[in-house]
Amino acid sequence: MSEEFKIEIVNPEKSFLVKDDVSEVVVPAYEGEMGILKDHISIISFLKPGIIKILSKSGDESYYVEDGIVEFKNNTLSILTSSILNIADIDKSKQQDLLKLAEEESNKDKKSDQSNYLINQKIEVLKTLN
Amino acid sequence: MASLDDLKKRIASVKSTQKITKAMKMVAAAKLRKAQESAEKGRPYSEKMNNIILNLSSGVSDKENAPKLLSGTGNDKVHLCVVMTSDRGLCGGFNSNIIKKAKSYFSKILSEGKELKIITVGSKGNDQLKRMYGDKIIENISFKESKNANYFDADKVGKIVIDKFESSEFDICTIFYNQFKNVITQIPQAQQIVPLNSEDSEDNTSEESYEFEPDEDEILSNLLPKNISTQIFKAMLENSASEQGSRMSAMDNATRNAGEMVDKLTIQYNRSRQAAITKELIEIISGAESL
Repeated sequence: MSEEFKIEIVNPEKSFLVKDDVSEVVVPAYEGEMGILKDHISIISFLKPGIIKILSKSGDESYYVEDGIVEFKNNTLSILTSSILNIADIDKSKQQDLLKLAEEESNKDKKSDQSNYLINQKIEVLKTLN
Repeated sequence: MASLDDLKKRIASVKSTQKITKAMKMVAAAKLRKAQESAEKGRPYSEKMNNIILNLSSGVSDKENAPKLLSGTGNDKVHLCVVMTSDRGLCGGFNSNIIKKAKSYFSKILSEGKELKIITVGSKGNDQLKRMYGDKIIENISFKESKNANYFDADKVGKIVIDKFESSEFDICTIFYNQFKNVITQIPQAQQIVPLNSEDSEDNTSEESYEFEPDEDEILSNLLPKNISTQIFKAMLENSASEQGSRMSAMDNATRNAGEMVDKLTIQYNRSRQAAITKELIEIISGAESL
């Protein structure tokens, strides 16, 4: 019995990543991190800024996301996101750039609690990327 | 009757025009391949998004409390039309087809006594519409700087639409764009995006029930604005593929027409050259005879 399932990450421009030997995925779901294994119940949730961890036979990978939607159905995990970056591609300067953008945004006034929360989350996550 | 010199000049000028149209065709063909590729790559995203929304909206139990973006405001007095055209010309009927479609829709709305607001995306559409509907255009967006259609731009348009919806400036929103079928055929489309028209999408909702985290309503109200940007992005991708396709076939036609013209002019040129020679010969012979 294999314990593997399929993952598809798509962004608006292209299909970002397709893998079918994934054993576990941890996504930063809106209400906390969520680990997904094979035969998880069908679920729809959305993402807050954070890190997607993919554990698979062919190696583990991590991606940084800012928002998105996760759908798990029939052992296929689909992640739709407009902002995704491979952690391996984020160097110091890139991280600083992102952090600066996020901080600028958080300094703007007139925001709902929800977006405030998301921005703070984003800054927090970016700070841990080193 | 044009002189030999005039004809020669005209042939040269038509030939150089032909060179330009040929080059433009080549460029359009290369760009078309790229645009088509990105349109194909972008498809999974919008399809998945559509599926999720269909699954979600079929699960919404009370239509009364459903998000306004899904169920509409209950009115249909103010129509917002987003007309998406290109920023460049010389692409055959591409822009005028969209405009034609949009204009017929506008006059239908106006004759029903409803209010009309227009957002134009792309400068060509603005140029063509401002004469007749200048007072109705509330915004003109153009992405001349960006080389390819990208999601960032689409999101900008989407945000404008959502802002206007939230300040209840319109009830129904329709986007106009060209759907890419093949190089010769592009179909102008009018697609309603607010409220979401789920009738025209095929029913492939599964019976399976989902678990939602947080609840359905919150997910829906988060997803629907994203869906608008996605739909606009899809329209932009289709549009850019259509534009290049349309330009390619227009330039192909132009090149062929120029070739025909060169042939015709060359025949004319040769005839008049021959006529001049014959005339000269006659003059020489009759001159020799008279001696």
